[in-house]
Amino acid sequence: MSAPSTTRFCLRLLRRQLVLAVRRPAEMGNPLLFFAMVVALFPLGLGPAPEALAGFAPGVLWIVALLASLLTSDNVFRGDFDDGSLEQLLLAPQPLYLGVLAYIGAHWLVSGLLLSLVSPLFALMLNLPAAAIPALVCSLLLGSAVLSLVGCIGASLTVGLRRGGMLISLLVLPLYVPVLIFGSAAVQAAVDGLPVAPYLAILGAMVSLGIALAPLAVAAGLRISIDA
Amino acid sequence: MWSFLHKLGSPPWLYAISGSILRWLLPLTLLALAAGVVWGLLFTPPDFRQGNSYRIIYIHVPAAVVALAGYYVMATAGAISLIWRMKMADVAMKAAAPVGAALTFAALFTGAVWGKPTWGTYWVWDARITSMLLLLFLYLGVVVLYEAYENKEAAGKACAVLSLVGTVNIPIIYKSVDWWYSLHQPASIKFTGDSTIDPSMLYPLLLMICAFYALFTCCLLLNMRAELLQREARTGWVRKLARGGE
Repeated sequence: MSAPSTTRFCLRLLRRQLVLAVRRPAEMGNPLLFFAMVVALFPLGLGPAPEALAGFAPGVLWIVALLASLLTSDNVFRGDFDDGSLEQLLLAPQPLYLGVLAYIGAHWLVSGLLLSLVSPLFALMLNLPAAAIPALVCSLLLGSAVLSLVGCIGASLTVGLRRGGMLISLLVLPLYVPVLIFGSAAVQAAVDGLPVAPYLAILGAMVSLGIALAPLAVAAGLRISIDA
Repeated sequence: MWSFLHKLGSPPWLYAISGSILRWLLPLTLLALAAGVVWGLLFTPPDFRQGNSYRIIYIHVPAAVVALAGYYVMATAGAISLIWRMKMADVAMKAAAPVGAALTFAALFTGAVWGKPTWGTYWVWDARITSMLLLLFLYLGVVVLYEAYENKEAAGKACAVLSLVGTVNIPIIYKSVDWWYSLHQPASIKFTGDSTIDPSMLYPLLLMICAFYALFTCCLLLNMRAELLQREARTGWVRKLARGGE
């Protein structure tokens, strides 16, 4: 049997990751549950006054989405690292860059995309003005892609370590900060009635830069982790 | 040229040459630091608005400048060790991280001390301050990641990748005061055009910046020497050194 073409290879890889995720619905639902629970903590901790909540909502929603993405990114490569299929990916004749991009894409589809789509629900719970909801969804859609790209860099560097969980947050959170700044600024701009497009353009630029460069770093990280 | 590069890859040669550099660089650094501190603290005029409190600039600015430059040193060394597999670059990268972290902390701490009398607060979430805090986290991330790996060769490579990824943030930190209008003032020293700082205050500041660069180099070399001895502990030249022969 000859090797499949690169496109087919990537699509199969993506499909495999998605099937794996769908077969474990509990694991797929965890970030959403986490999102819901942490959002519920804020009114309890800060007091339920609607005006106060509305003021905090853009930042709170973004921070919670960021943490949910961080928590799931630790597991992107772990299973495949443990059972050895990651080594097969590294040995495959197809470029590792594209294989890695399939992993990252699957992570984004399962965590970031879902979170962005359910975020209006939580936005309403936190009393975010309805006018800001499109901005929230758009900024999360773009921003969570960057979070997945950067999070996978951290995951690739820590996958071989026994106590990777805590470490990945130390490595990745400083790199998440620019996304958080522009993402929550986009939502805040929408709340204040200012144009949102410039912030979304910057987030889009981050996504393009991330797609171009992050898989290279992930590929290098995986090679290091497999060698170690 | 090539023989120089070959020598650069040899631990005993690097150990010897760094020793002879330190023999004159270390006293020179201490002298420059002492001269800069005395000049800055005693022989410059007080600021007409801030009085004497501005004098912390002679620690704050050099520490911040060298902390940023130190990240480039670390990332460049990381890139060299990844691309050309130079072991000594790996040693330099590992040695630069704690020094850079210490300088970043010094810049943040002196900034907080300076902020109290001038801004009325120790800490504000201003663009420059926040981004310097991020720089500290980037440095600490490299230190922590290195410690987490048991295989030190892999640790070096992983840290090199991480520090290269982190360089994305450095231009943002560097330009933050110009891009976002914030409480922290923009840079006063300019390479092109007139500086917005009086020469009587500028020259001791420049001396201190040079002294801090030299201090960074000294700390880097000392750290590298310690790391070299640790890595090469089983080799002949280290044993010979430990027995007291040069």
